[in-house]
Amino acid sequence: MSNWCNQLLKEVICLKDISKSINRVDNDEKASGQAKYVADIKYEGMLYAITVRSSIVKGEIINIKYPNLPEGYYVVDYKDIPGKNIVKVIFSDMPVFTEKTISYLYEPIALLVGPDKEVLNKLLKQVSIDYKEDEGVFDWVDSVIHYSFDKGDGKKAFSNKRIIEYTYETSYQEQAYIETQGFVGYPEEEKTTLIGSIQCPYYVKNAVIQALGETEDNVRVIQATVGGAFGGKEEFPSLIGCQLAVAVKKIKKPIQLVYEREEDMLVTTKRHPAKIKFKAAIKDDRIYALGVFAGIDGGATIGLSGVVLSRALIACTGVYTIDHLDVSGDVFKTNTVPNGAFRGFGAPQMFFAIEMFVEHVALALGKDVLEFKKAHLAKQNDFTSTMGIFRDPILIPEMIEKAMEKSLYLEKRKEYDKPNSYKGIGMSIFFHGCGFTGSGEKNVIKAKVRLKKDGDLVYILVAAVEMGQGIKTGFRKLVSHMLDIDIERVIFNNPDTDFVPDSGPTVASRTMMIVGGIIARATKEVKNRWQENTFVVEKEYEQPDYIEYDEETFKGDAYPAYSWGVNIVEVEVDKYSYQVNIKNAWSVYDVGKAIDEKIVTGQADGGLAQGLGYGYLEVMDHRVGKIRQKNMTDYIIPTAMDMCPMKTYLFDNPYAFGPYGAKGVGELSLIGGAPAVAMAIEQAIKRRVHKIPVTPEYIMELIKNGEN
Amino acid sequence: MAKISFKLNDQIVEFESDLNRRLLDVLRDDFNLTGPKEGCGEGECGACAVLLNHEIVNSCCTPLANVIGQEVITIEGFSKTKRYEVIKNAFANTGGVQCGFCTPGMIIATESLLNKNPHPTDFEIRIGLSGNLCRCTGYNLIVEAVKEAFKVGEGLW
Repeated sequence: MSNWCNQLLKEVICLKDISKSINRVDNDEKASGQAKYVADIKYEGMLYAITVRSSIVKGEIINIKYPNLPEGYYVVDYKDIPGKNIVKVIFSDMPVFTEKTISYLYEPIALLVGPDKEVLNKLLKQVSIDYKEDEGVFDWVDSVIHYSFDKGDGKKAFSNKRIIEYTYETSYQEQAYIETQGFVGYPEEEKTTLIGSIQCPYYVKNAVIQALGETEDNVRVIQATVGGAFGGKEEFPSLIGCQLAVAVKKIKKPIQLVYEREEDMLVTTKRHPAKIKFKAAIKDDRIYALGVFAGIDGGATIGLSGVVLSRALIACTGVYTIDHLDVSGDVFKTNTVPNGAFRGFGAPQMFFAIEMFVEHVALALGKDVLEFKKAHLAKQNDFTSTMGIFRDPILIPEMIEKAMEKSLYLEKRKEYDKPNSYKGIGMSIFFHGCGFTGSGEKNVIKAKVRLKKDGDLVYILVAAVEMGQGIKTGFRKLVSHMLDIDIERVIFNNPDTDFVPDSGPTVASRTMMIVGGIIARATKEVKNRWQENTFVVEKEYEQPDYIEYDEETFKGDAYPAYSWGVNIVEVEVDKYSYQVNIKNAWSVYDVGKAIDEKIVTGQADGGLAQGLGYGYLEVMDHRVGKIRQKNMTDYIIPTAMDMCPMKTYLFDNPYAFGPYGAKGVGELSLIGGAPAVAMAIEQAIKRRVHKIPVTPEYIMELIKNGEN
Repeated sequence: MAKISFKLNDQIVEFESDLNRRLLDVLRDDFNLTGPKEGCGEGECGACAVLLNHEIVNSCCTPLANVIGQEVITIEGFSKTKRYEVIKNAFANTGGVQCGFCTPGMIIATESLLNKNPHPTDFEIRIGLSGNLCRCTGYNLIVEAVKEAFKVGEGLW
């Protein structure tokens, strides 16, 4: 081939659209079973740990009697904690091991550690604990966080108007990652090292530093291959990471702490159940003002609950512009398992509620639902609920058109409206704010990214975690594309805090947009200095100038950018059993620019499946503080039989500060599933749905007593 | 304790063990075959799936007694075959792998399905995969992978 030809070919490759898919870089090791997850890692002389837990929901420990331990077995409890007995998270109110006070069932008290799991299980049964037992609180009465804000005329806007009110409820959802929580820890001279199934290496490291009272140099956290996380491995691993670190520090041997499924289901954080009441003031056939009163069940500790509530409240108007708002919300403390991060982080609850509410208001006014929704859609330069501005173009009208065209929505909607069709089609419209709320990235996270060029190779040094979402492929593709080099020459190993800077947690749909944005800036410098053989480039997050947000007053731009989505879901409900059968699903997303279409499609499908499951299938509840679903048999997540063919269409709408225009992807696709399936079921049964999951039992109740 | 012998990944293995141990533990602890995973420990998720006489079983619910004199193939053994190459490439091409924890089990399920039914319909594929839980993909791209596998691998099954 001539030089000229080569040059031309190179330019064509250069100009190649980054969205064009490549195969993931981790396919081979995962498919062949060679990838090492926590439970696959073994060390010579490794011990095992199991957790001693409370058997009451509330009260105090009077006395604990441990059995005589055989040689080589240990108890590790609060007395062994060299530093602070508190797990460092956003709101630190959870002890590493409880000393005395019990505030939920199965609260961790100690670890039993030793070489044989069977012996440990026998010993665990012989631990006897005396309590002074109190009555647990399960009603939502003890508000531990209260937020409120308004927009426009606030409360005043409701006087002398027609008022329409409805209340919506959502229940628990369990992340149900197929790999349970776990760590392996070991001592390295003075250092305590943990390898974990985690989303946030530096959250764990900082929590362990505090619990051990250690210096930064003496705590090391490494990410193992992660078998799914979905928010469940955001803050919870900090708790068990601290427990294991205390055990390693005491015993000075390698120790494995891996949960069995039952333990994982009963004691790990879940999606907050929510109750949301809306009040609309109607003027000229439009929603003139909206009142929002949201409560979420935080469980026994606060942890991230305040942030979940604030993200829910910010999303209270859905994709609609409403000029006058009166918004308030509470986190309630109950004697139940603490709730925490789960993909969507408050948005799935609020979008289910607001999408149903706007539809129900339209019906109450005798309006066409779609036209009513379209008349309220937010437009570019509109004020958000917090008086920020939607600065980028909003493509929702075109996205709705696309989704309707592909699904034959209008024809089906009409056909299924016939009595006794038991078929339905529903549409949800939603967004997700990308990255941390407000100035969180600038003031709290302060992400740092390092790239190292070494001869022919470029190393990406960040703390972002591959947990299935495809970021290993995404980042390597991004850098290789920008440098126009083979992807094999870009290295991105699992983060190890001894070698990577703190680029922040792998959460909040921030990884490609925020961390990827910094990587892109660093890559530009690498490209400019390409002739140098070995050097390191370090960059920090730079917040766009226009972002200003006041967390106290909920005023300003809550997010630098928004991703948008439309879901259409078609169902059939069995006339006799009321089983819901999902027939088809169509999704249209604006994620700025897909860094890889196949990866985004995978996120789209998987998120939708979780959102659908949340909407009609996944039942979790508690009785006097005890979670009733303790395994995959009781807690039903969708199987291949429950899911349907899914079609996804992407709209480009580049965001100026994202790499190649990319915005957030991960959480968006979970948000629309529940309202879309709920609306489809509504049409099928000709009744209004006010809570999820829409189970056959609930459908039966609605058919008997529900509003048409 | 009893003397046990079975065929594991093309080799005859002989050792002493309790007959009521779970095959999953034997594979992972005694033979360091960590491709089969423990996801639920009660036969619900399929992450521990292996082939027993070329049919899928959950190794977490299979006592060692059940495999005496039988043939067990784990993902480590199956990954040396041409059928695996075809299935693996199909999973890669369609995007059927995400976190990867269910993937070895899904591949075993695909092999077990195609071995019995080389040209399954979409519905038959979904039935064939319904004993394996995946929380990442929504199954859509895995179903596509199985379809690609039997087309590309025409004649292999």
